Amino acid sequence: MSGEWLSPGDLQALWLTLRLAAFTTLLLLIFGTPLAWWLARSHSRWRAPVEALVALPLVLPPTVLGFYLLLAMGPQGPLAGLSLAFTFTGLLLGSMVYSLPFVVQPLRDAFAAIGEQPLESAACLGATPFERFRHVVLPMARPGYVTAAVLGFAHTLGEFGVVLMIGGNIPGETRVLSIAVYEHVEALDYANAHSLSAGLLLLSFVLLLLVYTSRVRRRHAV
Amino acid sequence: MLSVRRVLLFVLLSAPLAVPAADVRVAVASNFAPTLKRLAADFTAQTGHRVLISSGSTGKHYAQIRNGARFDLFMAADSERPALLEREGIGVAGSRFVYAEGRLVLWAPAAASLANPRDLLASGTLTRLAIANPRLAPYGLAARELLSGWGLWQGLQGRLVRGENVGQAFQFVATGNAPAGLVALSQVLEHDASARGAYQVIEAGLHPPIRQQALLLHRSPAAEALVRFLKGAPALATIRTAGYAVPGDA
Repeated sequence: MSGEWLSPGDLQALWLTLRLAAFTTLLLLIFGTPLAWWLARSHSRWRAPVEALVALPLVLPPTVLGFYLLLAMGPQGPLAGLSLAFTFTGLLLGSMVYSLPFVVQPLRDAFAAIGEQPLESAACLGATPFERFRHVVLPMARPGYVTAAVLGFAHTLGEFGVVLMIGGNIPGETRVLSIAVYEHVEALDYANAHSLSAGLLLLSFVLLLLVYTSRVRRRHAV
Repeated sequence: MLSVRRVLLFVLLSAPLAVPAADVRVAVASNFAPTLKRLAADFTAQTGHRVLISSGSTGKHYAQIRNGARFDLFMAADSERPALLEREGIGVAGSRFVYAEGRLVLWAPAAASLANPRDLLASGTLTRLAIANPRLAPYGLAARELLSGWGLWQGLQGRLVRGENVGQAFQFVATGNAPAGLVALSQVLEHDASARGAYQVIEAGLHPPIRQQALLLHRSPAAEALVRFLKGAPALATIRTAGYAVPGDA
């Protein structure tokens, strides 16, 4: 390969993608925790519909999500006036919707696996709800958090359809890695498309490898 | 009695001569797909041949055809990709022809007056301007050349949003997320008239021509009939009505 491996524009796209994935994951872990907790514990009749809503991004083509987000951000949409289309904040919102199930579902399963007993014991010992969460739930659900974080991050890295719909391909603002690859391919610049794609492939593999090695280690530790 | 026998004889003799109805697979640039659908209906009514339309971006079609996709006719959004294929020895040499020439328009649905598009673009009142990506789409290239020629390209950088193709640039304006865009006349005419608003056709001399070329990929009686049909006067009239210039237009 001649010259630099990645052009400045592609490096910018890489950095933007990593930022988007990091913010998305962080926000989803924060907002996903109470949601996942409720899904794991609640006996409400709203649980099933909410669960279905959370899983929806798994099923829907990303272009459908992106198209509805674009309409929602338009002047007739419920998000009008926030100027979200073609901005990083808009992408962040879109990515959170897109990666929601990848964060919430592992958390929900981790919370459900804890069961009632440890929490009741802690309560008997006088732990406040916050202490119970901090000292019982968080340590026990840690593997779930790791899985949720890595899956949320990795899934956002690979986001394409949603960004294509609401991004507008603005360098440094909305031109993420997958869009840059797509543009190279469409422009018949296969050399740059290759180096970017290979980078993304490697990054995704390393991330997934981290998840699975940590799982194996845990199984051996038990 | 004799005449009936003659008719029968004629039918029997001519049946093997008539081309049996066949399928023609066409890879067409998305911007022309709605027009091709209308043309295909007429073509099928006339000849019995069916047209199977795959609409998509010209870059993708190019890559697919190079890698062996079985299309009979490639109707590109530009002249570059069909020429490239022909040079690479793909398709029927010498069959390349311009089937339509795109017209660029400034579309600003909510604008009060668009008599002078340059003034509106220079005024700084537009928060966003949607264009097709100049690196990928001929309409984007035309938009860039127009804005450069007017000395506005640099100044507008912060406000440009790029669609991967002119279809997406159009969508950004149609959904109201961008107040204006440089799009194709054919799209604006195709759009629901009540939601059309203000648009102004850009003088053709202000940007490089948007010549959409077609290339015959595989010879077959049906595909060659479609090519003849597309070059015929009734088809050219349909294409012109759809918002394109056609070969022979001044």
